[in-house]
Amino acid sequence: MEWINVIVQGVLIGGLYALFAAGLSLIFGVMRLVNIAHGDFIVGAAYLAMVTITMTGLHPLLSLVIVVPLMAAIGYAIQLGLLNRVLGDDILPPLIVTFGLSIILQNVLLTTFSADSQKLNAGALEIGSIPVLPGVDIGYMPLLTFVAAVAIIAGLQFLFYRTSMGRAFRATSDDGEIAQIMGLDNRKVFAWAMALSMAVVAVAGVFLAIRANFDPFMGPSRLIFGFEAVIIGGLGNLWGTLIGGIILGVAQGIGAQIDPGWQLLAGHIAFLVILAVKPRGLFPRID
Amino acid sequence: MSESILEVQNLEVFYGNAQAIHGISLTIEQGELLSLIGSNGAGKSTLFKSICGMVRPRSGTINFKGQTTAGLSPARITEMGIAMVPEGRRLFRSLSVEENLILGGYVRRPGPWTLQKVYDVFPILKERKDYPATSLSGGQQQMVAIGRALMSNPELLLLDELSLGLAPVVIKDIYELLPKILGEGMATILVEQDVTRAMQVSDHFVCMLEGRISLSGQSDAFSHDEISAAYFGT
Ligand SMILES: Nc1ncnc2c1ncn2[C@@H]1O[C@H](COP(=O)(O)OP(=O)(O)OP(=O)(O)O)[C@@H](O)[C@H]1O
Ligand SMILES: [Mg+2]
Repeated sequence: MEWINVIVQGVLIGGLYALFAAGLSLIFGVMRLVNIAHGDFIVGAAYLAMVTITMTGLHPLLSLVIVVPLMAAIGYAIQLGLLNRVLGDDILPPLIVTFGLSIILQNVLLTTFSADSQKLNAGALEIGSIPVLPGVDIGYMPLLTFVAAVAIIAGLQFLFYRTSMGRAFRATSDDGEIAQIMGLDNRKVFAWAMALSMAVVAVAGVFLAIRANFDPFMGPSRLIFGFEAVIIGGLGNLWGTLIGGIILGVAQGIGAQIDPGWQLLAGHIAFLVILAVKPRGLFPRID
Repeated sequence: MSESILEVQNLEVFYGNAQAIHGISLTIEQGELLSLIGSNGAGKSTLFKSICGMVRPRSGTINFKGQTTAGLSPARITEMGIAMVPEGRRLFRSLSVEENLILGGYVRRPGPWTLQKVYDVFPILKERKDYPATSLSGGQQQMVAIGRALMSNPELLLLDELSLGLAPVVIKDIYELLPKILGEGMATILVEQDVTRAMQVSDHFVCMLEGRISLSGQSDAFSHDEISAAYFGT
């Protein structure tokens, strides 16, 4: 029963990792940009939610109504004002710029909010749980996080393959030059993709902040979890990303069960093993 | 006197320091079919890309319907009524046949071409509409590329090497459909490796050699030898 519980909890936290990863995967898919600042944006969104809650008294989950559009707008602006200027044939400049953004964000958060760790309080939701088996309880929050992850990935999948915006994303990703002579404006397409990515980042940030303490410097490790989930699942495959998150979550849970110090290590080992066996991930879509 | 729809004057195009086009001027009238011939590397595709706004000329002017296209985005130029079937087709590979066609109509220019009309001309595309575009045969892919360009209802259509990599029978099929495609009074510039065919289908021709025009005129006004000399620069 103990092991069943470990696996169930691992699957649920995998949902959170998939939320970290989905925005990363989307941006890479559309514009081949590896956003090193992705994790810091997640943490930034958590602080934004904290400020919103302080100012309005909203429940953390309701603060999403404000944080999601705000993060999307920030994403749109950063893409138009900054990232579009460095995107090109050379993949190094955007990498360096997002690395710079990561450092700037961490320091802005540090000077604004200090290094003290914070947490968002979701009240009764945090303690309630559903007993499924003797010894296996599913907490409301982990369940909600997982459901949100599945819903968001299903939504992104729908948007990508069933809407005109998704068509524009795919066309621009396939051949940006020809997409432009069809009348698309690559810069705007990229800006919308970044806005969408940051909307998901906002959700990830709020769920992260309800689940655990956060501080200005925890972004890079969330980035790593996101990366690992994307790579395990296979580039360009959103459902694969969810499975990647789950594998990571379960591996960490099993590691922690054996020895609490092994939690993170077990996740990295699972990642490396999969990378060694299937270098392109389990379900790759992008060559 | 018919009106010229496109006027290119003294065009100079560079890739870095390498000059690909050395001062080219040409005009094309409404409804005319102009063949652009020339050996590999002559600069035909570069001329097309300049007209579409994909490449910025260093100097010279391009006027479309009396308006300069200088500084306009490729998207804006497409909105004005220029469409291209690019060399090598360049279909969107993660899009289905129908999605490729729909994207061609993204600028929503009004005109005779609709999804239905494209399917009427290329019935096979309707059968394959939900297939990934690049899973089709070469000839069918070329039909998608042509249909995609038509979907923007262009007034000037640029066709870059329609027959590239296609079997002779398929090439013949596509050229048999050409009158149907161009029937709506579109001006067309056709790049074609097969010079005889290019001369047969066109009213006028322009022959390029190493970025310059080596010969131009009415397609039936020159002997095979004259054209051959202009083509190879001998
Ligand atoms: N993207 C590019 N960068 C640098 N040089 C280029 C580029 N594209 C074309 N060129 C050069 O410009 C010249 C003209 O090329 P272009 O493709 O326009 O010729 P073309 O007449 O279309 O030839 P082909 O019949 O092979 O299609 C060639 O010397 C070519 O090497
Ligand atoms: Mg060419």
